[in-house]
Amino acid sequence: MPRFLQRFLAYRAGIASGAYVAVLVLVAVVTFALPGVDPHQITDNAMVGPSMEHWLGTDELGRDMLLGILFGSQVSLAVGVSAAFGATVLGVLLGAAAGFYGGWLDLVVMRVAEMFQVVPSFILAAVIVALSGTGLTQVVAVIVLLAWPQIARITRGEVMRIKQLEFVDAVRCLGVREWAILAAEVVPNAMAPVLAAGTLVVAQAILLEASLSFLGLSSADIVSWGRMLNAGQRFLFNAWWMSVFPGLAIFLTVLAFNLLGDAVGSALNPRTVTR
Amino acid sequence: MGRYVLARLAWAGPLVLAIVIATFFIIHLVPGDPIQALVGDFPTPPGYIEQVRKDFGLDQPLSTQLWLYLTNLAQGNLGFSFSNRQPVLGLVLDRARYTLLIMVPALSLAAFLGIAMALAAAPRAGGLIDSSITALSVTGFSIPIFWLGQILVIAFAIQLPWLPAQGMVSARESLQGWAWVRDVAWHMVLPVFSITIFYVAIVARVARASVLEALSQDFVLTARAKGLSRRTVLWQHVLPNAMIPVITVIGYNFGHSLTGAILVETVFAWPGLGNLFITSIGNRDYPVLLGIFLVTAIAVVIANLITDILYAALDPRVRASYGKNA
Repeated sequence: MPRFLQRFLAYRAGIASGAYVAVLVLVAVVTFALPGVDPHQITDNAMVGPSMEHWLGTDELGRDMLLGILFGSQVSLAVGVSAAFGATVLGVLLGAAAGFYGGWLDLVVMRVAEMFQVVPSFILAAVIVALSGTGLTQVVAVIVLLAWPQIARITRGEVMRIKQLEFVDAVRCLGVREWAILAAEVVPNAMAPVLAAGTLVVAQAILLEASLSFLGLSSADIVSWGRMLNAGQRFLFNAWWMSVFPGLAIFLTVLAFNLLGDAVGSALNPRTVTR
Repeated sequence: MGRYVLARLAWAGPLVLAIVIATFFIIHLVPGDPIQALVGDFPTPPGYIEQVRKDFGLDQPLSTQLWLYLTNLAQGNLGFSFSNRQPVLGLVLDRARYTLLIMVPALSLAAFLGIAMALAAAPRAGGLIDSSITALSVTGFSIPIFWLGQILVIAFAIQLPWLPAQGMVSARESLQGWAWVRDVAWHMVLPVFSITIFYVAIVARVARASVLEALSQDFVLTARAKGLSRRTVLWQHVLPNAMIPVITVIGYNFGHSLTGAILVETVFAWPGLGNLFITSIGNRDYPVLLGIFLVTAIAVVIANLITDILYAALDPRVRASYGKNA
């Protein structure tokens, strides 16, 4: 691992985005644990621009924008991380099985993956959430459903490459069972590009959740950045701060996870030369 | 070529069928009665719900229901939208025209700009233009497209009142002929530009890679050795080869840009599919939502098919590999 860290630290964008994500996690944890602060607190200062009292202004009900953005990190991180985790687990299971065993299993998994990659995924997600309900569980489930194929494709490719290597035959000669070879030898060696792709899925998931909330497909009781932009849209002519700041939070967070994914990918790839 | 087209058609057919079957299962995903997904929450005339129940055989076994659903779709029956008082299929196709009106110029502009940037960056890898392409593409992948639209509205329609912020025509005037066309074009600027920025990011990245790849090929060296100028080589030998991946990336991302257009439309109140989509969410008009999904998904399959065929038409190597396998 030290070599991985050494390589990772060579990417300045990777360090910066890693630091940003660390701060964001801290913010989400602190706002979650903090007693007595309510981002839904309605005040008389409705739609006040940025000032010393409200750094990022207030919304149409006088709620503080900064507080809302800080609390909104909880939803983005929770949805992003759990959806990426779910998609990665599902994608690795299906992709590894397809790549290792081949045959009809491979054919079926890859055809289904292809179908999910062809359909306009956001429209599908919005239709499913509109029909099944706007809870966070539904949103995460939909993102998992849409994101697993990319992980499965990468895992499958890696597994197909690794299963032909000599050490796999060596383990087989020791009498280890096929599924154990797959689980203990092949899959762990295929993990590097999968981890990088999984980090990119976090970025996609955050963007997708924000887009759904922007269309109003989220619970009104939960503070989220997309929901704030939905409100901002209605007051675009009167209160620019209601759109600018929550959108900036989404943009920076998605950017950070995208850069982090790229840096993790490069650092884990043995073919990359350390700069 | 004919064999290749047939092979791609044989791929597209089952894919469309799979999408339709998936839609059928989505209808049954609604908690409670699937009739809700087929009718929506809008008040309906008496007897209509019973009619739909009968048409789609909702009291029959699932396999019969699937068959009835398929036959209904094959006849173009995607249901009726009571909030719009129109059959769904006609409504969706009608609105799709307005979406294409902003998508087509945006994609053309993005292709042009993306290729221009790649060619400008080509002589010096790692130079200023080259690094800005990389920065632009990371930004393009990370920026919420609807937020970009909002920012453009705030900057160029509100703070600097240069362009209209909402709609497709000026509501207060009733314009005719060229004045109307100019008015629509004026309203198109900001939505088109929002989609373009997002798309340039994808195109420029691919165009950059394929220009660099083409530059490293032997035929470039040969052309230079023949005494052709750098510029001639770039325009006549590198560009045609670099165009192929660019066309493919645009075609295969048709679905993404459709999504982008839908989100952008909600910001600009553009009367296309996106607008229909969001009002249908508000009205819980499920047949329209499902109709938009089906029509866009099939449009994406067709776009992929056209891309495949174009790809083969432009690149003799693809055709040749299919001819040999026969």
